[in-house]
Amino acid sequence: MSQSKSALGRFFSPENRYLAPLLITTILLVSQVSFGVLESFSRTALAIATSVLFDFVLGRLVFGKYPNLASAYITGISVGILVRSPEFWPYALCAALSITSKYVLRWRGRHLWNPSNFGISAVLLLAPEYVAALSIQWGNNVWPMIVVWILGALIVYRVRRFHITFTYVVSFLAFAALRSAITGHPLLAEVAPITGPMYQLFIFFMITDPKTTVKPKWAQCLVVFLVAVVEMILRLAHNVDAPFYALGIVGPAAMAVEIWRTPKRTSQSVGAAA
Amino acid sequence: MEVRSPLLRVSLAVLLAALLAAPLVYKRLTHPRQSANVNDAATALARYGFHLQESAKASGIDFVHKAPTLDVKLSHIMEQVASMGAAVSIVDFDRDGWDDIYVVNSAEGSRNALYKNLGNGMFRDVAEEVGLADVNQPGTGVSMGAVWGDYDNDGYEDVFIYKWGKPELFHNDGGKHFTRVTEQAGLPKWVNANTALWLDYDNDGKLDLFLGGYYPEDVDLWHLKNTKMMPNSFEYATNGGRKYLFHNLGGGRFEEVSAKMGISSRRWTLAAVAADLRGTGYPDLFLSNDYGVSELYLNEAGKRFREAGKESGVGYAPKSGMNAAIGDILDNGHEAIYVSNISEEGVLVQGNNLWVPKPGESANKISYENMANAMGVELGGWSFGAQFGDLNNDGFLDLYLTNGNVSLDQNRSYWYDYSKVAGGNEAIISDAANWPPLDGRSLAGYQHKHVWVNDGAGQFQEVAQMVGVTDVYDGRSVALADFSNRGVLDVVVASQRAPLLLYKNTVAPGRHWIEFDLEGRHSNRSAIGAEIRVFWNGREQLQEVSGGSGFCAQNQRRLHFGLGMAAAVDRVEIRWPSGMKQTILAPAVDQIHKVQEPL
Repeated sequence: MSQSKSALGRFFSPENRYLAPLLITTILLVSQVSFGVLESFSRTALAIATSVLFDFVLGRLVFGKYPNLASAYITGISVGILVRSPEFWPYALCAALSITSKYVLRWRGRHLWNPSNFGISAVLLLAPEYVAALSIQWGNNVWPMIVVWILGALIVYRVRRFHITFTYVVSFLAFAALRSAITGHPLLAEVAPITGPMYQLFIFFMITDPKTTVKPKWAQCLVVFLVAVVEMILRLAHNVDAPFYALGIVGPAAMAVEIWRTPKRTSQSVGAAA
Repeated sequence: MEVRSPLLRVSLAVLLAALLAAPLVYKRLTHPRQSANVNDAATALARYGFHLQESAKASGIDFVHKAPTLDVKLSHIMEQVASMGAAVSIVDFDRDGWDDIYVVNSAEGSRNALYKNLGNGMFRDVAEEVGLADVNQPGTGVSMGAVWGDYDNDGYEDVFIYKWGKPELFHNDGGKHFTRVTEQAGLPKWVNANTALWLDYDNDGKLDLFLGGYYPEDVDLWHLKNTKMMPNSFEYATNGGRKYLFHNLGGGRFEEVSAKMGISSRRWTLAAVAADLRGTGYPDLFLSNDYGVSELYLNEAGKRFREAGKESGVGYAPKSGMNAAIGDILDNGHEAIYVSNISEEGVLVQGNNLWVPKPGESANKISYENMANAMGVELGGWSFGAQFGDLNNDGFLDLYLTNGNVSLDQNRSYWYDYSKVAGGNEAIISDAANWPPLDGRSLAGYQHKHVWVNDGAGQFQEVAQMVGVTDVYDGRSVALADFSNRGVLDVVVASQRAPLLLYKNTVAPGRHWIEFDLEGRHSNRSAIGAEIRVFWNGREQLQEVSGGSGFCAQNQRRLHFGLGMAAAVDRVEIRWPSGMKQTILAPAVDQIHKVQEPL
């Protein structure tokens, strides 16, 4: 019994690098089988394959060793779900951009942007004729959403990043109320976006990414609060992709500040460990 | 860990820059700059083989569509909810050999119009005279479209008018007058429908009627009980109107048999088309659904329909289906289905669907592949009605698509607020009270139309501006007809809150054509469901007489085939709905052939 509990404990531990891939794969499979949410399996597969291939090649080329591909897999699957395009190439391009950014946009050994956030923001900005972000529901009732939220919350809690998700969600809701007061639109209209699956991936996978979040807990909370602030400003300016751009602006700025404030040697050792 | 090699660093930076530049390069490669010769008739004729000239007013047509004003609870989003109703259908209602135009209106108390073709290039509205104008009285709902079919086989086309409201059936009394026969026919009291079509699903020689609900039938959009009448999902909605299949019992009576026949969808249907897609001799039924996947009902020998959307491949990737048109686009005797959806730069890129049958279909199996992207007919804005037709008589079916949703203030867009709520959970999206006010803003307004010329080798080229299609109205319904009996297809477009457009077609000289006007005798007299295969110059093209296609539209009953430079046809094979086959050897070209089903 204790052994089994221990195995379970180990499985749901922050050290388990396969926990997040498992969760996102489960979400993908359940949502696709239940509702057929993807443009197609082949497009998502293309994103995953491109992501893994680029990480494999660039990791070997740049650092002389083969990287653990779990994070590339998450990037690929996130791209495969979040990018909506009837074309194939945006999936490959977005995955390639995401992974390449990880190796290029670095400072003192740490990459600045969350890879998939960078890739998605880039294709949304550069190819709006062909690409949009996922903006629809999975299905037409509340239960899939509740299941994903509970499962996601449990896992981010186990990996000690629940405070990030929680702070962001509370901030979003507070700013939704503020936006409603400013625009005069119904509160539920302002809350509506966070009920969608795009935000489920955003709050459980993107803003909690250990490699691209600052270290102190209070700073992590501050950063996602600022993400919500910038997102609110972008939303008031009618930007459809506000959360991606907000994270793309605030995230690297916060990382840069932390790296700048951290003594060089320590910073490098942290990066190497990551 | 730092990247220490300067060369590697530079190489990686170049790689990233190249990836960032890729979309721009792709755009340049796939969209080369168009010629500056916009809308020049001579150039268009030389390059594309045809030119369209908008001629409604010059032809005596001055119809302007008016939209309904629904319950005040919807006033904040009125233009968005009341964004449909402009519709056009073609009929030769008096059998004088010239195709006429019936166009519906949608404001309470507004009049529908029946433009009689005078045969000299002019039209005259005779709707009042024949009793087809005053069908939008307050309390009865308003027209959304009309389809023509000779349900009693008396030789004159009758008309079914579907509405957000009480559907109406009118009997054609010898081309002189129309008599309302709704009650005798046994039609329902209220249906919020946006599609209907005539078909003879059991090939008994009597036309049956399909009617597709959009809003649920218990919703009166003028007297709402509450505001929870919107779709419960943007792409998975199942709270729409029911579907009806009326079996023609003869004697002007119909029996509703949808449940018995296996049609139970509650999706938000906007378009339907019936065609024998598998060569069984019975018409299958394809439904384009808004807020969801399309549905394909396979006809099992007239006994039952079986939904095969997923099995055939068309039932995945839900979008906003608004059109269903069929055409043999590759001249290979197989019909593709065109479904229009929504594409808006940076917000929602669904892409339209061109469902092309995969090789090897049989009575038991058919599967489709979406070739819209590969063939170049994918992106059409907020797309509505589309029809296939050989506009330049080169022997390949071209595609005309109209589009645009709500054109109000050109400088202010509703897209952000629309997308905000559209992605919300069922409890939010389904309640109109949660939708932000439109406030005079446009939603995918002022869009340029698309005319795609088929090169016959699997590619379509967009030429709308160059061939004279320059309007930016909120287009809804497209119908094609040869109004002057000279072997070219003209285009009629009904747009929301806008004038009816008549694009008269001029085709480059030297191109041949042939047309067939069929009349069933064992089969239904309208010959709806009859197939014609024309064989010429080593080629084969299949067309089918349709009882309604596109979005709220119906093309001319006559079938038109362009032949290119070929001055002869080898043979024509006709398969009548009764199952009878007829072959005509070497029919004369550049003529309209009237063909009766052999007794």
